[in-house]
Amino acid sequence: MNDHHHGPAKGLKRWLFATNHKDIGTMYLWFSFSMFILGGTFAMIIRAELFQPGLQLVEPGFFNQMTTMHGLVMVFGAIMPSFVGLANWMIPLMIGAPDMALPRMNNWSFWILPPTFLLLASTLFMEGGGPAFGWTFYAPLSTTYAPPSVTFFIFAIHLLGLSSIMGSINIVATVMNLRAPGMTYMKMPLFVWTWFITAYLLIAVMPVLAGLVTMMLMDIHFGTSFFSAAGGGDPVLFQHVFWFFGHPEVYIIILPAFGVVSQIIPTFARKRLFGYDSMVYATASIAFLSFIVWAHHMYTVGMPVAGELFFMYATLLIAVPTGVKVFNWVTTMWRGALTFETPMLFCIGFIILFTIGGFTGLMLAIAPSDFQYHDSYFVVAHFHYVMVAGAVFSMSAAIYYWLPKWCGKMYSEGMGKAHFWISFIGFNMAFFPQHFVGLAGMPRRIPDYALQFADFNMMSSIGAFIYGLSQILFLFNVIATIRGGKRISDEKVWEGAEGLEWTLPTPVPFHTFSVPPQVR
Amino acid sequence: MYFKAIRLMQLAPGPALLLLALASGAAWSDDSKYNMPMGATSVSHSIYDLHMVILWICVVIGVAVFGVMFYSIIMHRKSRGVTPATFHESTQVEVAWTVVPFLILLFIAVPATTTLLDVYDSTEAELDILVTGYQWKWKYEYLNEDGENVAFFSSLSTSQDEIHNIEAKGKNYLLEVDEPMVIPAGTKVRFLVTAYDVIHSWWVPELAVKRDAIPGFINEAWTRTEGTGVYRGQCAELCGKDHGFMPIVVNVVSQQEYGEWMALKKAEAAEVEALMAQNFTLDELATRGKAVYDRACLACHGANGEGGLGNAIAGSPIATGTMGAHLNAAVYGVPGTAMQAFGGQLNDVDMAAVVTYQRNAFGNNMGDMVQPVDVYNYKKGQQGESQ
Repeated sequence: MNDHHHGPAKGLKRWLFATNHKDIGTMYLWFSFSMFILGGTFAMIIRAELFQPGLQLVEPGFFNQMTTMHGLVMVFGAIMPSFVGLANWMIPLMIGAPDMALPRMNNWSFWILPPTFLLLASTLFMEGGGPAFGWTFYAPLSTTYAPPSVTFFIFAIHLLGLSSIMGSINIVATVMNLRAPGMTYMKMPLFVWTWFITAYLLIAVMPVLAGLVTMMLMDIHFGTSFFSAAGGGDPVLFQHVFWFFGHPEVYIIILPAFGVVSQIIPTFARKRLFGYDSMVYATASIAFLSFIVWAHHMYTVGMPVAGELFFMYATLLIAVPTGVKVFNWVTTMWRGALTFETPMLFCIGFIILFTIGGFTGLMLAIAPSDFQYHDSYFVVAHFHYVMVAGAVFSMSAAIYYWLPKWCGKMYSEGMGKAHFWISFIGFNMAFFPQHFVGLAGMPRRIPDYALQFADFNMMSSIGAFIYGLSQILFLFNVIATIRGGKRISDEKVWEGAEGLEWTLPTPVPFHTFSVPPQVR
Repeated sequence: MYFKAIRLMQLAPGPALLLLALASGAAWSDDSKYNMPMGATSVSHSIYDLHMVILWICVVIGVAVFGVMFYSIIMHRKSRGVTPATFHESTQVEVAWTVVPFLILLFIAVPATTTLLDVYDSTEAELDILVTGYQWKWKYEYLNEDGENVAFFSSLSTSQDEIHNIEAKGKNYLLEVDEPMVIPAGTKVRFLVTAYDVIHSWWVPELAVKRDAIPGFINEAWTRTEGTGVYRGQCAELCGKDHGFMPIVVNVVSQQEYGEWMALKKAEAAEVEALMAQNFTLDELATRGKAVYDRACLACHGANGEGGLGNAIAGSPIATGTMGAHLNAAVYGVPGTAMQAFGGQLNDVDMAAVVTYQRNAFGNNMGDMVQPVDVYNYKKGQQGESQ
């Protein structure tokens, strides 16, 4: 190799002017983890207030700011950037590319994020408080009745969209142009496939979100009435446009997680993924369906019955490709030779909990039953099973799985397993009882509740604190690994690992695949 | 062998407990603490049945899928010395696990469709009630066939002391109102649901009615209960600060009791009409005004006029300024702020009382007052000006 003199720049410049996909990936991952801690802190405040009935710690107005900021920071700051970071690290390594196709744009799409979240978080200290209208920011609560800081919120959303679109264009360009010779589309690892499809989803819906917040901006400052019935507009239009973005958005979050799990399970089952082709087709079907089901978030707005039926049937269809995925993972494990290192534990946890989230999703799809579930804690339980046990568990699995490859050091398996079990127990303790209180009639986004919900809420809060603390263990484990983990040099790291990234030396050098590998 | 068993035990309990909890959640269905209430209407019963059918289908599929997975986790462990199989790809299997779930979905879609059509059939209602969501209370207006409509506001009656943990919390904490909706049993009641400011959602679980209240639009829902009873619910759509504090109470009474109640409400309305012409003393107005204040103003302006979401009343330039400016703020609200137009929410007697109270309480001691007829004339005059 002749790239010894191409090492990273020294000091701050290395990060500020970074164009190397590994450095940018690393920054994305650390940034998203810090946002995970910030959003988690908001969640802890929410759960502390809900520990007992009555108002103890915060005022209702501030409580609403917490639920809003928790949602925004977790979705846009923690989960999405973490998978972009993983894509940055892994896609070039998996397809045999020297770097991302557009490295300078890559630098931009990352460096937009920190100031954006600084801007968003600063709204909490502004007069009138931060956004307090939920992460779904329905008009007119978010327009006519919003605090003045909403303008900063709108600007932050615009910037986030910019960052996401640049990131996705980069991924599409990389996957289309930089695959190693012989790496046909149907030979790409599933993580690359799921991200390829996700990138198209992002390019399709982020402009819709940008349009939506622009309409809000016009309503607030320039006298238009897009969402105000008094001026001839329509508050329901807001919800249609929001969920046309919002539903694909949840698949943007979960598809890369599917990809991660599809990489890890075959490794620890020591057996090929059962149905590669059908996994690709299922991912594509889910992506397509995600565009025609948005109004299932709005069954109670008073749509015509024909509309309700269409969205109900279309939503039920999503269960088919999602089922195909779960069946494939289970069949991959069937008659393999299983071992249960931390990444595998997180993947098994993912399958169980994501499937439960899928079941409640199926229940929520049924329009008449949804009249009872809608906007209750049942929904809160549902989407945390999908978002946390889906996206976050798979992200933890990914870090444990690839971290040894990245830094050439092994994490502590004992601490990793402890992290898994504590978070698995904490998570279920926090969110399983929420199904019960939701069914029994507790609405979401309330700072105080009737007495019959008290014991499950207390349990839920304790579970949430346990889950929150387990993330500190995770952070500690990762830092301990990087600073003083046991050195390893085995290229494969895991006995059953397959794929181009495992043909590289461990730790992965700063520049890789300067000469493309040949894939057969 | 012992260590193997330990490792198995490490893996097994979590998911097993989850399934158990899921299944037992279903078994406890009589207790509304764990499950959706069966409710009091035919629609709520069919929704409950639908819910239980899907729940059990999910439990069965879950047991099958997780069962296979755990069999694999236990039997196909590398530590047992197994060699991994090499099979993969099977079109038949893929087709099977595409078609079978599809058929199950068809099976669910049929009852779901019939129930939905039932929910949407609000024709032939015998009583119409206009339900309007306000930040943060509900207004119920009975659209009577004789043209004599009866309207009133229904807001939280739980005391601030209970909410702030100063007093012990009552049985219906946060689920009690000053004036419940009253409807007759055995009658198909149609709710016309809308909102004044932001989007709210009118939800009573035991009636299985949840409809978004959207400003500028009118949604329809309906209910019909055979027996009598009291059913409680809450606003289900985030509507600002006090979203958690605008409950709903529906009191279902016999036809006869309903008739008596309606006659009483009409008499009350006539009484207010009569009070309009009357002149009150400052004390009379202030006493009535305190009750109105606690109900309509306290949430934002504080128990002692110290302010909160709204400005302080104590020593405020409006409450100690001219009567015209004070009436203007109270009747028409302050555009661009959370201060609503109360002209349509309070009758002229209550408006006169609360304005008088605000000008004389909290150390404001203005010593002046305003009579109901002044409020009436003020509104008339403003209308004249604007026309």
